[in-house]
Amino acid sequence: MTALVPLPVLLPLLGAALTLLLVNRPLPQRLVSVSCLAATLVVASVLLVQAYRHGPLVVQIGAWPAPVGIVLVADQLAALMLVVSSAVTLCVLLYSIGQGQGETGESAPLAIFHPTYLVLTAGVTNAFLAGDLFNLFVGFEMLLAASFVLITLNGTPLRIRTGSTYVVVNVLASMIFLISVGLVYAATGTLNLAHLAARLDALPDGVRLSLQLMLLLAFGIKAAVFPLSAWLPDSYPTAPAPVTAVFAGLLTKVGVYAIIRTQTLLFPGEQAGTLLLVVAGLTMLVGILGAVAQSDMKRLLSFTLVSHIGYMIFGVGLSTVAGLVGAIFYVVHHITIQTTLFLVAGLVEQRTGSTDLRRLGGLARLTPLLGVLFFVSAMNLAGIPPFSGFLGKLGLLQAGVAAGGALAWTLVAVGTLTSLLTLYVASRAWSMVFWRTPCQTVPSTAPLPALTVGATTVLVILGVGLTVVAGPLFDVTTGAAIDLRDRTPYIHAVLPGGPP
Amino acid sequence: MRESGANLVSFVAIGVLVGCGVSLLLERSLTRILLGVILVGNGVNLLIIFGGRSGGPPVVGVTDPAEMSDALPQAMVLTAIVITLGFTAFLLAISYRSWFLTGDDEVPDDIEDQRIVRRAARKEISASDLGSEPPEDDPEQVDTPAPWQRWRGKGPR
Repeated sequence: MTALVPLPVLLPLLGAALTLLLVNRPLPQRLVSVSCLAATLVVASVLLVQAYRHGPLVVQIGAWPAPVGIVLVADQLAALMLVVSSAVTLCVLLYSIGQGQGETGESAPLAIFHPTYLVLTAGVTNAFLAGDLFNLFVGFEMLLAASFVLITLNGTPLRIRTGSTYVVVNVLASMIFLISVGLVYAATGTLNLAHLAARLDALPDGVRLSLQLMLLLAFGIKAAVFPLSAWLPDSYPTAPAPVTAVFAGLLTKVGVYAIIRTQTLLFPGEQAGTLLLVVAGLTMLVGILGAVAQSDMKRLLSFTLVSHIGYMIFGVGLSTVAGLVGAIFYVVHHITIQTTLFLVAGLVEQRTGSTDLRRLGGLARLTPLLGVLFFVSAMNLAGIPPFSGFLGKLGLLQAGVAAGGALAWTLVAVGTLTSLLTLYVASRAWSMVFWRTPCQTVPSTAPLPALTVGATTVLVILGVGLTVVAGPLFDVTTGAAIDLRDRTPYIHAVLPGGPP
Repeated sequence: MRESGANLVSFVAIGVLVGCGVSLLLERSLTRILLGVILVGNGVNLLIIFGGRSGGPPVVGVTDPAEMSDALPQAMVLTAIVITLGFTAFLLAISYRSWFLTGDDEVPDDIEDQRIVRRAARKEISASDLGSEPPEDDPEQVDTPAPWQRWRGKGPR
């Protein structure tokens, strides 16, 4: 069964090579990319079931033994992330096909959409599966390089302008990550995560803390945690809708995943707990206040994205099992919902030619389906009771209350306030776009392609379905969190004979 | 077993490379930022190299295993060099495209900054409610003109 572990990385890469060869033949190209991602989803689901039943699956690439060779590890957390991310990427791919992204012919550069998208997926899955720090870095670089191409697709002035900020900030973050990797290797002589878990404990406290902070800084930029988040709302909204959607859903969450992985496996103490809690609170507040001030749907959604990263960091910062359970559940919920919201914004843009809240209005009468799709996902994001957003926030707030202490209580209060403000922002956006009488824009009469609406609807249903499967999902996240806190299942799976 | 080959000179070299790179990264022109990225990248690569043990070539049969240099950082640096090369190429492409489109390769102000400048120019920095400005003034909808044009056109009289 371990032979399946490398497939989530290999399948998209293989697909990227094939789609690059099929650049001039749109239909086979689409078939290849859709089938690759569908196969990835199937493999990821099998991996999740296996990891849930039998513990982490480990593959040593080229049969080189663990501390020296490259290992890929699919434990419950990684497998769960794989399932969610491949489901979301598949839906977004279908959406983009429906929208005509990746068409060949006159607009030739777009033919590279499919290969680039698949490389992005491979980078994301590689980062989830990576069992050593350098492979994690390589995963990050793969997804970054692909994201650079996607965010500047077509090279329009606006995209070059925002893309250059994005590229520079992320290259800088990669440099910081690379410096941390170099320092970690110099200090310990290994980069294998399981091996590091044993060796880092032997380091002096000061050295360990500085390594931890360097890594947190690098991942904090990628995850858009507050003082390092200013690049995100500027660069995301200008990209094509499916690109923004998949970036919003996945890229920041890869950063959050890396934070969860390193904070639990490498630095299990509570040294950075206070710092994480403080930045989590600031991220929530500053992000949502930014969203309140926005008048463009996509920018507004980018700010809510930043704000809700705070919830996940809150869960990690508590450094209790309950906090981790909440954080992992929230990551799953947020990947789905944030992607959906950006896709709906893309549909609105396609239907009316604008995402400006001041121009739009009365869309509910024109396209009732869009109104329902946006309403359900916006309420889900805000955390209205039946939806998974409510369950995730409830889990986190309960974990905060259980942890106790002034800071945790403050964070509980901030989390509640952020949830209420999200509700305000979401309902304001909904009523401005869908409800009031239209003021300026004459909506285009062309009907929306069935595939884009279908893909969005599937994602909305997935988001609602998270509530239905919340019981089993909480089982998986609890299992993952216990394994993370315990550390031994991961270390034993990678180094069966104990660390050398 | 030999110790790491790092000495004061190597760390000064790393420091100078990264320091110069950082100050170039703080510039507004993409070409200078690109040079900064190259310098920082090379500094970081040196740092990784010096993280490992120095010694003879790590080939079995050529060097006694106790005298071998650490091959792992070298392998990592090769990967890092390739990645830096790719990013450099992409940054070059972006700065060329930026120059092609706008005549320079400066990283422009972000949207919120432009918004504040525009409101300050109109002396309405205090809360203006939604709907007060027409969409063609909205930077998300229209590419804003260069700053000097904006100041000349709408500056306070």
